Amino acid sequence: MPKVTFIEHDGTVHTVEAELGATVMETALRNDVSSIVAECGGGCTCATCHVYVDEAWVEKAGAPSPQEETELDAAFDVRPNSRLSCQIKVTEDLDGLVVRTPSYQGR
Amino acid sequence: MSETIKTDVVIIGAGPVGLFAVFELGLLDIKTHLVDILDKVGGQCAELYPEKPIYDIPGIPIITGNGLSEALMEQIKPFHPTFHLGEMVTTIENIGDPLYRVTTDTGKTFECKSVVIAAGGGSFQPKRPPIVGIEPYEDKSVFYAVRKMENFRGKDVMIVGGGDSALDWTLNLQPIAKRLTLVHRRDDFRGAPDSVNKMRALVAAGSMDLRIGQVTDLEGSDGQLTAASIKDKDGTVSRVACDAMLPFFGLTMKLGPVSDWGLEMEDELVKVDVSTFETNRHGIFAIGDINTYPGKLKLILSGFHEGALMAQRVHHYVHPQKRLVFQYTTSSTSLQKKLGVA
Ligand SMILES: Cc1cc2nc3c(=O)[nH]c(=O)nc-3n(C[C@H](O)[C@H](O)[C@H](O)COP(=O)(O)OP(=O)(O)OC[C@H]3O[C@@H](n4cnc5c(N)ncnc54)[C@H](O)[C@@H]3O)c2cc1C
Ligand code: FES
Repeated sequence: MPKVTFIEHDGTVHTVEAELGATVMETALRNDVSSIVAECGGGCTCATCHVYVDEAWVEKAGAPSPQEETELDAAFDVRPNSRLSCQIKVTEDLDGLVVRTPSYQGR
Repeated sequence: MSETIKTDVVIIGAGPVGLFAVFELGLLDIKTHLVDILDKVGGQCAELYPEKPIYDIPGIPIITGNGLSEALMEQIKPFHPTFHLGEMVTTIENIGDPLYRVTTDTGKTFECKSVVIAAGGGSFQPKRPPIVGIEPYEDKSVFYAVRKMENFRGKDVMIVGGGDSALDWTLNLQPIAKRLTLVHRRDDFRGAPDSVNKMRALVAAGSMDLRIGQVTDLEGSDGQLTAASIKDKDGTVSRVACDAMLPFFGLTMKLGPVSDWGLEMEDELVKVDVSTFETNRHGIFAIGDINTYPGKLKLILSGFHEGALMAQRVHHYVHPQKRLVFQYTTSSTSLQKKLGVA
């Protein structure tokens, strides 16, 4: 199973196994990464699953779709490597992915 | 203050569970008014997952969030519920046995025999930007909604966001503001194209400013803003004079005033009796995602069941002299008359 590492704002590191095809958001919730809120459950309508993709992974994780880019307007401290983790699907290619969580998801 | 509205039951929250409660109460000749802070009905289904499918509504193999809200509105039509949207219930006072006075944040008051709290995950409220030290400015010079446009006349107004609320208020307030600055993190707006064009024309004519960046810092004292710092894409920070700010970052669910109503709670949920869904206050009920009891499941179908049992108990308060006879909609002519089909 591919591994994903979450580095929370306070420095807590979780390296967890991710199911292929699950989203990074779902992987976070299953592993109690509490700084991912995911109020809308992956509907791309809440922006509370915001993450910063580690620079080394930005290209592999891909660019946000127009809908995701729009929803990112409702996130805070948005950076060039910002993504909504419910819109990133775990693939073999993303084995080892590192994402950081922002200090605040809006609630 | 407007006149008091007298009704049998006020339902707080027009999510799926509040909507179906209208049906169950209506069958028992109980009249309802619903209040919701959103400007639309449907609660989480409409706000969080309008286009996503739900697969576990009994008898409906698949329906979207919006589809379910629309179907419920159709189903409760015969009972003519009255909706008060865009308003938040703030207080519930006991004024009789049981008789309640329910007040909203716009000053509207209701008098009713029972109150049904169907407040779900709490009220949808504007997201607060994570700018350090924003709290003292809130409601003094930082506002999440415009209640009175006149308050912005002659001011340096800063609007933050890229959606319809940000654009609409930009267009409405630009003529009366001293100077209006719109701040958005990217030079692409998701609002209605017509509003975007109008805004761009104002910028081109020099009548307002558009800044691409994010607000990082506020300056001022005693709740009165004087300036805000904006960080643009390449990291340069600049100050802009501003004495009123309107941030529009969408909504999030917060418990809100429910915790002030003297109800027994557990983990931000209202405790109820499972045979009636009544709270510790007689005549106040809680159904749907907002309540808790042993075995509770936050499912729409559970909320529907809770509404049916709640209605039986509310009947005692609203029609104390009338005996309640159990009937089926399939076979009861009297129920069918109420539904307008017999
Ligand atoms: C992404 C996602 C997917 C889901 N999928 C399913 C599914 O497949 N099946 C299922 O059964 N359930 C599902 N759910 C759960 C389901 O949406 C909830 O159980 C349901 O919405 C609860 O309905 P409700 O009417 O109790 O509350 P809500 O839908 O939360 O509505 C409550 C309303 O009350 C309003 N309110 C609160 N306080 C106040 C106040 N003081 N004044 C005025 N208004 C107030 C709120 O603004 C809100 O509109 C899902 C939820 C999410 C987020
Ligand atoms: S979970 Fe809501 S946008 Fe990702």
